[in-house]
Amino acid sequence: MTSNKLFNILVPVISVFIGLISGAIIMLAFGYNPIEGYAALWEGAFGDMYFVGETIRQVTPYILTGLAVAFAFRTGLFNIGAEGQVIVGWLAAIWVGITFDLPMYLHLPFAVVIAALAGAVWGFIPGLLKARLGVHEVIVTIMLNYVALYSSNALIRSVLSDNQDKTEKISSSASLASEWLQNLTFFSRMHYGILIALFAAVLMWFIIERTSIGYELKSVGYNKHASKYAGMNVSRNIVLAMVISGAFAGLAGSMEGLGTYGNMSVSSGFTNLGFDGIAVALLGANTAIGVILAAFLFGALKVGALNMPTEAGVPNELVDIIIALIIFFVASSYIIRWVLLRFKKGEK
Amino acid sequence: MDYVVEMLNIRKEFPGIVANDDITIQLKKGEIHALLGENGAGKSTLMNVLFGLYQPEKGEIRVKGKPVNMTDPNVANDHGIGMVHQHFMLVEPFTVTQNIILGTEPTAMGKIDLRKAEKEVQELSNKYGLKVDAKAKIQDISVGMQQRVEILKTLYRGADVLIFDEPTAVLTPQEIIELMQIMKSLIAEGKSIILITHKLKEIMQICDRCTVIRKGKGIGTVNVEGTSVNELASLMVGRDVSFKTKKTPAQPKQTVLKIDNLHVKDSRKVDMVKGLNLELRAGEIVGIAGVDGNGQSELIEAITGLKKAQKGSIELNGKAITNLSPRKVTESGVGHIPQDRHKFGLVLDFPIGENIVLQTYYKKPYSKYKVLNYKEIYDKAEKLIKEYDVRTPSVYTKARALSGGNQQKAIISREVDRSPDLLIAAQPTRGLDVGAIEFIHQKLIEERDKGRAILLVSFELDEILDVSDRIAVVFDGEIVANVKPEETNEQKLGLLMAGSSEEKVGVVDDLE
Repeated sequence: MTSNKLFNILVPVISVFIGLISGAIIMLAFGYNPIEGYAALWEGAFGDMYFVGETIRQVTPYILTGLAVAFAFRTGLFNIGAEGQVIVGWLAAIWVGITFDLPMYLHLPFAVVIAALAGAVWGFIPGLLKARLGVHEVIVTIMLNYVALYSSNALIRSVLSDNQDKTEKISSSASLASEWLQNLTFFSRMHYGILIALFAAVLMWFIIERTSIGYELKSVGYNKHASKYAGMNVSRNIVLAMVISGAFAGLAGSMEGLGTYGNMSVSSGFTNLGFDGIAVALLGANTAIGVILAAFLFGALKVGALNMPTEAGVPNELVDIIIALIIFFVASSYIIRWVLLRFKKGEK
Repeated sequence: MDYVVEMLNIRKEFPGIVANDDITIQLKKGEIHALLGENGAGKSTLMNVLFGLYQPEKGEIRVKGKPVNMTDPNVANDHGIGMVHQHFMLVEPFTVTQNIILGTEPTAMGKIDLRKAEKEVQELSNKYGLKVDAKAKIQDISVGMQQRVEILKTLYRGADVLIFDEPTAVLTPQEIIELMQIMKSLIAEGKSIILITHKLKEIMQICDRCTVIRKGKGIGTVNVEGTSVNELASLMVGRDVSFKTKKTPAQPKQTVLKIDNLHVKDSRKVDMVKGLNLELRAGEIVGIAGVDGNGQSELIEAITGLKKAQKGSIELNGKAITNLSPRKVTESGVGHIPQDRHKFGLVLDFPIGENIVLQTYYKKPYSKYKVLNYKEIYDKAEKLIKEYDVRTPSVYTKARALSGGNQQKAIISREVDRSPDLLIAAQPTRGLDVGAIEFIHQKLIEERDKGRAILLVSFELDEILDVSDRIAVVFDGEIVANVKPEETNEQKLGLLMAGSSEEKVGVVDDLE
């Protein structure tokens, strides 16, 4: 048991380490100074309070999309649709933020809940199709990502604005932004959403590890036949797993809508929050605490990377390569595991 | 002495345990040599040493008198040693021939010469009386036929020594008889066979000599002629084993299960249960005897709510439970030891402790307001594991890591502990060794004596005859005969199972 846990921690840490070293080699190969590059990265992520604030802002949706994907994974499902669920969550949050006129203690929670619900609905569709007709959730969620992207673009143009490229700003009673946090961090866009994200992580841990609902969800994920034999409703559990997963992703969308941007723009491409969430979940070994740590790493890398071109002259793309390499090494953790086992054998 | 394969004083250690300790097995040319041992005694390890998958710490392997260094399975193949695996290694959508030539495809100008291969395979099959159609697809042929394809595979690769790993575990009684004939014809053609098994009767029937290992140690080799089932059993287990399960006559009371004119279709929409009637009383064990595929699985699935009944009624204690959900059926007092313990009985990736509450996790005291109480769950598991002697490092160990016998004991502990009025036991001892079988039979009888109704479905006639108070023979989806175990025998049951009427069987009896 303990050695297993140690492995679960060691493997991602080693993957990150190898990823960073490979990144350094690539920087060297292209004639950049890796030490300067990584120093700039560090500076850009944690250099002063502004950067810390921005990093935390970026970490917030990563935690939530990571949780969405991890939750589905734990129940035997692969939710590639977190991306689409983020978009519909964002749109729903903005809609509530713009159209309703309520006091803050009602307006903000209402907007957040509706965003989660929108994501849940977007997860419900592939869940139902899987449970009833056996359609693979990967295919449906991928297609729903596009449906979400283009219909939200259309809705922004035609319903939420008068043929504009973006919606108006949400009313302040629905905003997660905080002057206090902004002042504290030299006017970064950090907002209260991080608290929601951390609470969601606790919630996921609680559902999966401590409740009979999580017990059923895991059981159905591991073995449908035995679950049916034991009297569980397999179809309902598949749908429920996708609904909860979608709700987490929908929340991630509300973080962007109510916290970071305060509006939503027509977009030609995906936010990538959902796709990066897959990597976050993978790196975090599909556990709540792991997702938080992985989200911090990804957030820091993303935000820190912005500083690399100006300070060290390293192009932004290199950072994407480094992130890709880290994911590559996590995904090939089998090799790392194998090497570690070899070492262990050697000791004995 | 003319030995074809010898393994001398083999010792194989794994971290913490000695899996094989000073084991010697010598195979004579033209004999069937049994390798006998309980589950986990070290039989598989020994064979993996022979095939070069493990390197022994001590000992020597000789083929035809010459020492051989077995470094990998190919070396064993080159020396004419082939293995017929318990779990078949076949590609389902491929034909018999395609499977057999896999890895050693005969080619003509870069193209696989399938026709030539088919001819060779068919000739081989005819030579040994295997009756395999070289062009049939694996997915279309029976389990027994698939096993013969495995045998053909080793023969095609030129094996002179064949090792059969628990070959009868997956076969019906008829198929077992056929397999034994095949083994005899292999011997007649000059092959030699090692038969890995823990079924004593098979050894007595077909083997010439028998090497026994117990807890990794070589106990010795005996001539089968001049030994007895009892002697072999005590050699294997290390104590005396009783084969006749001790029991007093049943005292059936009120009706617990009443099945009336039941019709069930299988997943391909074919009628499998066709108007079946059955009554089961408290305090009796009714054994369902029948060849696999005569509607037994569908009957059980209909009772437990896993499959819909098309027609007919199922009553438990006078209340209809027809087509209730599995949970409702369980709650109304049915326990079910499923035939396929990996598919249905356990969530293999859950700890054994969490498997213990698979049907009761949502109830008090295991959960309250949907929050699980792990202390209660694991306390319960600890208790049952002790009571049923489930051998596991801890209750936190994943079910996957346990041996088959211990997995089965865990399932039985769970089902029996709920004290259901009706306990359905489907193939409860499949693949288990005599020690575990003895324990499970004893438990079933104990439950009977507590006044439970027990429905035992088994393909092992020994088990049916030994444990049941009443035998219902199922053929083609109907109960065709009700007989008392003391008034019948394996031959008569076999005929009934094949569809002969009771009167005809009676005539056969008279002729004898």
